[in-house]
Amino acid sequence: MHRRQFLTTATAGATILAFPAVLRAQSKDPIRIGFPLPLTGTFAAIAADMHRGAQLANEEINAKGGIMGRKLEVLFRDDELKPAVGAQRTKELIENQKVDFVVGGLAAHVQMAINEQSKAAGKLYISVSQSDEISAKPDTSPLTFHEALNPTITSRAIASFGIKELGKKWWIVYADYAFGKQNNAVFAAAAPKLGGTLLGSTPYPLGKPEFSAHLPKIQAAKPDVIYAVTPGADAVPFLKQAISFGLKKDAKIVVPLHFLDYTKEGGAEVWQDIYGATHFCHELAETLPQAKRYVEAYTKKFNRPPDSYSGYGYSGVMEVARGVELAKSTDSNAVANALRKNREYDHYKGKQYWRACDNKSFQDLWILKVRSPQQVKGEWGLFDIVGKVAANEELDRTCAEKGHA
Amino acid sequence: MLDIPLSALAAQAFTGLVLGGIFVLMAIGLSLIFGLMTVVNFAHGSFYMLGAYVAFSLMSLTKSFWAALVLAPLVVGALGFLVERFLIRRLYGRSPDDPLLLTFGLSLAMVEGAKLIWGKIGLTVDPPKQLASAVNLGFMNFPVYRLFVIAVTAAVLIALWLFLEKTSIGLIIRAGSRDALMVRALGVDLNRIWLLVFGIGIAMAGLAGVLAGPMRGVYAEMGVEIIIDSFVIVVVGGMGSLPGAIIAGLVMGEIVSMTTFFAPKLAELVIFIVMAAVLLVRPSGLFGEAGLAE
Repeated sequence: MHRRQFLTTATAGATILAFPAVLRAQSKDPIRIGFPLPLTGTFAAIAADMHRGAQLANEEINAKGGIMGRKLEVLFRDDELKPAVGAQRTKELIENQKVDFVVGGLAAHVQMAINEQSKAAGKLYISVSQSDEISAKPDTSPLTFHEALNPTITSRAIASFGIKELGKKWWIVYADYAFGKQNNAVFAAAAPKLGGTLLGSTPYPLGKPEFSAHLPKIQAAKPDVIYAVTPGADAVPFLKQAISFGLKKDAKIVVPLHFLDYTKEGGAEVWQDIYGATHFCHELAETLPQAKRYVEAYTKKFNRPPDSYSGYGYSGVMEVARGVELAKSTDSNAVANALRKNREYDHYKGKQYWRACDNKSFQDLWILKVRSPQQVKGEWGLFDIVGKVAANEELDRTCAEKGHA
Repeated sequence: MLDIPLSALAAQAFTGLVLGGIFVLMAIGLSLIFGLMTVVNFAHGSFYMLGAYVAFSLMSLTKSFWAALVLAPLVVGALGFLVERFLIRRLYGRSPDDPLLLTFGLSLAMVEGAKLIWGKIGLTVDPPKQLASAVNLGFMNFPVYRLFVIAVTAAVLIALWLFLEKTSIGLIIRAGSRDALMVRALGVDLNRIWLLVFGIGIAMAGLAGVLAGPMRGVYAEMGVEIIIDSFVIVVVGGMGSLPGAIIAGLVMGEIVSMTTFFAPKLAELVIFIVMAAVLLVRPSGLFGEAGLAE
């Protein structure tokens, strides 16, 4: 091959290769966020709510002129609550749809798979559901951010509230997967320090809501409080079965997290007097102006008030937008650095901040109690806020405990 | 853990009976269909799911659990007729893989279909008011509804036994499962018998779903979970054997319940361990005839 010929070919080739990139950089192509979440399966109702929150954020950002003048496009994919599917959808979003960032995941084990793919592709990932590992080594990375609470924070908060207010002797029923196991372990470690006793705990397979074989044993142990880590759609069958075996008469029941949709689905009669934590509920609109704005915008668009996880979806998308504006770039590393440098934010419920060592968001949480059928306000007013736990790094493991030097 | 009170074990045995009851209703239908038609019905779990959903809709329509309890299995059974008549019948005489693939595809389509019709989010069903309370059995509080499930299962099994043993159609069904060719040679139209048997088997899956709804909730994936357990039970009991399905179903219910008591983490796994052990000793299952499923 002659030198001239080589040069022509090489230049032509390089131009062709570079052209789409040039085009993308110069044009007003949208900024894309990939958002895998389990639209089907045990967490479908929570995912639907999170989906709406993220849509609202997308719409509000575009209504204000987008991000750096470019439109934002959030692409949702159903991960079916399966790690393998989550990985595949994330890969597809990154490779085929060329998303710039990833937000999403709604189960501890699936977000690990999403994180692996995002990490491998060098994309910023904001995880928006509970997990202890996601912000700890070896799973985390400088590009992995964690917007949600985690089992350590949740169960430590539940333990300190519950052992003081509800009773000393506890029994845990937990779904046998990451989130359930973590809550069980954290509570078991925290209880003795707070003067509580854990009489026992029973694991059951997530998404297989047949609890009858567990209940006689719990009945015989006579706990003061049952801590039911029965996430998603498992919660209502658990409560119904516990009630049908007469357990709710003898013991108080606490869940790690309250969800408006599952509470409404099961009804106040089933849920009455059951305690649980949350990072957000629409009742906060009565006291917090930010929450009021968010609840109103959400209710206007979707004709119903938001459940808690919509807030994670909303805030996750908003944080990407804030990071890009701060960094003046869609480069994942630049955005991550910008977020760490400007760590405080407040999108829908008051101040939150990123902890520098593990990219973990710290935020207030609240303890809720379900109202009796007579006290329920309207269609959706199911919760009484009975306590607030302010953002507190001591509730989580320390940076050193999580493997960050 | 050695000082376990007898009352706790009795309570555990009782809950196992209910688990077993649902298993039996599922396994009998599967076994009946396999024994007579050598069709491995992978969609059986989906008909169970459909039974629960149809019952939910009928309950919102009629406001009566009892109407749903009777009508939903009939609706699901009628659907079973259609599936046999228009889909499975075309595959008789071909490799047993063909109906297996067909019903597998059907089960996927039904799960997605249920999501389209009833939504992706699970539904809850309440037991009727008369059955909603708990009764003190002396050693534990036990939900009345679960006692009712045991009673219904027993009644259905007795009815099925009478039907198979005391009626002439029952006689033909029993003969057909022994030697279909000879029954045909005697001038019996086995097509109609197959249609009937498939419908009955499917209706029983539907009934199991109706009964399970108020205990476990109603959701599209509920059939996917139970079908595996049901197959294990049919294999342990012996493919095609009705007594095998009943005994294996009840025994598995008890085994799962007891394992949940002593080692909850093993409860998911134990039925497979039992299956492996049984197959090592009796490769055709407890009551199976050698050669039928090979």
